[in-house]
Amino acid sequence: MNQPVAYMERTRRYYEAQGFEKPYRWAHHESAPFARLPKPLAECTLAVVTTAATYDREESDPRYVDSGSTIEPPPRLFADDLSWDKKATHLNDRGSYLPLEPLREMVEQSQLGALAQRFHCLPTEYSQRRTREADAPEVLKRCREDGADIALLVPL
Amino acid sequence: MCHQSVSLTARHLEENGIPTVVLGSALDIVEHCSVPRFAFVDFPLGNPCGKPYDLAMQREIVAAAVGLFDSATGFGNTLRLPYRWSTDESWRDGYMTIGADEIAELHRRGEERRAHRQALRDAGRVRVE
Repeated sequence: MNQPVAYMERTRRYYEAQGFEKPYRWAHHESAPFARLPKPLAECTLAVVTTAATYDREESDPRYVDSGSTIEPPPRLFADDLSWDKKATHLNDRGSYLPLEPLREMVEQSQLGALAQRFHCLPTEYSQRRTREADAPEVLKRCREDGADIALLVPL
Repeated sequence: MCHQSVSLTARHLEENGIPTVVLGSALDIVEHCSVPRFAFVDFPLGNPCGKPYDLAMQREIVAAAVGLFDSATGFGNTLRLPYRWSTDESWRDGYMTIGADEIAELHRRGEERRAHRQALRDAGRVRVE
């Protein structure tokens, strides 16, 4: 059986080879907060969060939380600036990273209450402080505005 | 880095009463950060919901991930989904691996990157909170 790829170690070696001297300190916790479902899944409204963006951007462009419609979603999102595995795969099928169609089917089959009217695009940030203090609160705010009870987060 | 930003955000949503599931492909990063519910798909980074254009697989993966909302009873639930990307496992060696002939080029790129970032800072093109 193959072991999952050790991404933290790969990243460390890669940046070391580029001459960055201080290794990146990845966020680490021994435990996680755990919220219980407020009501049955069949009554919950679900928000989707992705790290792709609704517009094209350069790697060096500042990134902010953005949202798109789940009712009339864009045909594609943009993520050329992110470090997904461009040698092994592609993002030509939106469903492979933003699962709106399967979720909509689950709603139709009453396995899920509803899909929130917007999906949210979370910036990928080296700065953990920016994520914790700016982006995560903004995603929370938007989830609440849309009446979302639960969230599915899908990183690239 | 996507997996870390998402994991930190999942923790923030949970702290504020919104249950979350992370559906992703970087097991080590998500488990290191620790999230309450994680559906792991052992695929190259980019297609955590299933192979491109395989809607049947995407349906199964998303249903399994959403099922974690019901089945998880405490933090640290990693559901390892059984899908394989291909019979050829060579994709595992491709991501961010460094060949002996690439070291000089990577170092040059690092220099370029540092200079570029400094120029952006000098020009005030940085993120405003």
